[in-house]
Amino acid sequence: MLRWIHKVLALFVILPLMALVISGSMLSVMPAWDRAGAIAPDRISVAVLAGRVANVHPGIAELKRLPSGKVVAFFSGSDGPAASVVNPSSGAPVSDYVRSRFERWITNLHRSFLLGDSGRMVAGAVALAMLVLTLSGLQMTARRMGGWRHVLGRARGDGVQRIHTDLGRLAALGLLLSTLTASYLSLTTFGLIPDGASQAPAFPSVTSGGPALPIEQIAALRAIDLSQLRELTFPNPANPSDLFHLITAAGEGYIEPLKGQILAWQDHSIARQIYETIYMLHTGQGLWWLGLLLGVSALGVPVLGLTGLGMWWSRRRAHAPITDNTSAGQADTVILVGSEGGSTWGFARTLHAALTSNGHRVHTAAMDGLLRSYPSARRMFLLTATYGDGAAPGTAGTFLKRLDEIERPPSFPVAVLGFGDRQFPQFCKFSRDVAAALASKGWASLMPLETIDRQSAQEFARWGEALSEVLDERLMLSHVPDRPRTHTLTLTERLDYGAEVQAPTSVLRFALPGRGVFAHLTGRGWPRFAAGDLIAVLPPDCDLPRYYSLASSTGDGFIEICVRKHAGGLCSGFLHGLQPGDSIEAFVKANPAFRPARGRKPVILIGAGTGIGPLAGFIRANAARRPMHLYFGGRDPASDFLYGCEIAGWLDDKRLSSLATVFSRVKDGGYVQDRLRKDADRLRALIADGAQIMVCGGRDMAAGVMEAIADVLAPAGLTPLALKVQGRFVEDVY
Amino acid sequence: MKSILAALAMTTALTVPGLAMARPVTLTTTLNNYDGNGAYLVLYVTDPTGAYKGTLWMAGSRSKYYSHLSGWQRGSGGNLADLNGITGASVGAGRTLKVTLDLADALFDAGYKLHIDAAAEDLRDSPSEVVVPLSSAGAGRPMAGRSYIRSFAYDM
Repeated sequence: MLRWIHKVLALFVILPLMALVISGSMLSVMPAWDRAGAIAPDRISVAVLAGRVANVHPGIAELKRLPSGKVVAFFSGSDGPAASVVNPSSGAPVSDYVRSRFERWITNLHRSFLLGDSGRMVAGAVALAMLVLTLSGLQMTARRMGGWRHVLGRARGDGVQRIHTDLGRLAALGLLLSTLTASYLSLTTFGLIPDGASQAPAFPSVTSGGPALPIEQIAALRAIDLSQLRELTFPNPANPSDLFHLITAAGEGYIEPLKGQILAWQDHSIARQIYETIYMLHTGQGLWWLGLLLGVSALGVPVLGLTGLGMWWSRRRAHAPITDNTSAGQADTVILVGSEGGSTWGFARTLHAALTSNGHRVHTAAMDGLLRSYPSARRMFLLTATYGDGAAPGTAGTFLKRLDEIERPPSFPVAVLGFGDRQFPQFCKFSRDVAAALASKGWASLMPLETIDRQSAQEFARWGEALSEVLDERLMLSHVPDRPRTHTLTLTERLDYGAEVQAPTSVLRFALPGRGVFAHLTGRGWPRFAAGDLIAVLPPDCDLPRYYSLASSTGDGFIEICVRKHAGGLCSGFLHGLQPGDSIEAFVKANPAFRPARGRKPVILIGAGTGIGPLAGFIRANAARRPMHLYFGGRDPASDFLYGCEIAGWLDDKRLSSLATVFSRVKDGGYVQDRLRKDADRLRALIADGAQIMVCGGRDMAAGVMEAIADVLAPAGLTPLALKVQGRFVEDVY
Repeated sequence: MKSILAALAMTTALTVPGLAMARPVTLTTTLNNYDGNGAYLVLYVTDPTGAYKGTLWMAGSRSKYYSHLSGWQRGSGGNLADLNGITGASVGAGRTLKVTLDLADALFDAGYKLHIDAAAEDLRDSPSEVVVPLSSAGAGRPMAGRSYIRSFAYDM
């Protein structure tokens, strides 16, 4: 619901909103600009100032002090009303006071789209819409991050989503202030909230005659400091009973020009003070730095709009309708989907198609569409992602409640397949909750709960094999996630290790594909990448890409990966068979979660076997020489000490601060986690210093490292989970 | 361009019992081509003692800005009821406002004066920008205001 409101509202107001934020950010620099041009006067009274200006400008009608501190004299020019900025020290004009035609145009565009009152109403409504967008966006971020307490935590997800979340959080405060104040101003414009506009006291009538005092001697004006002045209107010389009209920060009143006394005075109402404060907060007039901040926040909106559109578009594509969907009543197989971003629907579609081609009548729907009964069903599949910190995804929000309302378990068994990302602390939590709820309600199980990490097509295919056995029919689940166009990469160099210890591993280096200008402009070139990103390799005659962590960055000028040959491994076998000059088809997938945090805090790199690949890439890119400490585990230093030579060089040139190696097939050998425990004191000191831990390796090794780190952290009252939440414990596990 | 045919509101002192004793008068106000947003203008009448008698036309719809038309504000006490049915849009720089009304014969050649107050955003307030006695002889004679108004004339 929240997402629907956010999306529909955004699509509806995006164009007028762009006009408002762009004009608004242009206006936001004006207060700073004005301020820079203001001449700071000495402390003088309004009487002194008015006297000086009147000497230079006998026809003066009005004197104003602007929020920027500029003093402006208003008078009648030869062709209409005119005004000059004056130097308060001399009263002499400094420059004409004219708002340029362009500035006025921008202001009117911002207020009313140049359409008068109806435009003002639209502008007010758009500001209100932006307020709702900001609040709903923050609420979604909080939900995704696992609660308001974590709303400032590290955003996860793919590039576009991360930009949208990060920028949204950054701009939120400014946007909240801008839109709240804009809504208020809009309401006062239409008189729905009182703004306490000028409530001058009744105009007193005067009868006394005689010569007027020189302005400098008017006591009421001598008593007021220039900094308090808002406006002073001079008596009309053609009207002998006219008076000075004075407005200060505190109130307004009339001053009699013959004796110089205040005849009537009225303090400003609370409503007016509120209005003036809110006007200042919205325009930054008198608070130039706030104006600039608001302007910068507003500039985030076009980017938010574009990234939001991108997210909307990719979701829309993922939500293409299911073909051959059987009705719920007639289906023998029911597939229910819990999806947030839409990718789980893609897997459901593959399962749907495979089962349909085997002759099943399949019904696929959202988990929120769970019915009380499926009369013809023989089996049910629940494919679900997890949202944020373990919550239900968008299409499964009411599933558990609906499940609870079904009293008797059905006659058919059910299988749960969870989709998630192991980088999240609560990996596939919702699917586990669903499986537990089903079990407690007495639903029969078709297959045990299985989980798919990061949309792995291989894991999904493996689950399909298990399903084939359960159903006793041949089922091929080859899910092809949407994938970008591939590029041809040519191998330039390979270094082989580990053959002697039954772990044949190669470091493969490919040439960067040429980046033609046209390819670059159309976004079809090989993208920028960094160590830790993934490269997807398509083995010949295979649609399923295999992912490897990149061990180099764009700046290195080559593409490097570290591959161990697995017995029977299709892709690793193919890669190991490559000779310099041979080529592969591949594309890059960003993996921004696995990257050293910005800054100069130390980084602890922990890797075993090919897991050293991305870590070596981080060290090679460490031109800033921040402290990096590497823990590497292998089998035998004589055979599989990957990057051994380069590491020696990096230690020399201080890209790498320290190295600890452990090998398992030597005398007194061990694993990297043993070394971590041994170094507990040192590690605790580094972590107290703000260090980030980055782990790369196989699942068993990662589990062992996690345990070791938990032991290391325990005395300090910390857990790996707590560090994970802060983004200070990140893993790339395969 | 604004053109109306209106008997003045009942609340003003300018109405007469029957139209037989009134005549249509066209008030034409042309603004200077100054740099700024549209101006608020108010046309009103004072009696021979200088006291406010009633409003003829208010160009500018937002009452929060009426305080900048200080002559009118002081005379009328800012009474918005005086403006019923005689309010229009503000007038852009260089534009002309033309208003036609039935005015009582008694207003002419009897010491009554027509005033125009003018003001625009970020520019000076100009109360009594124009002050002109209402007389049969003065009809059709254009005059300039103090700053906003290039020419004003009333025609009978």
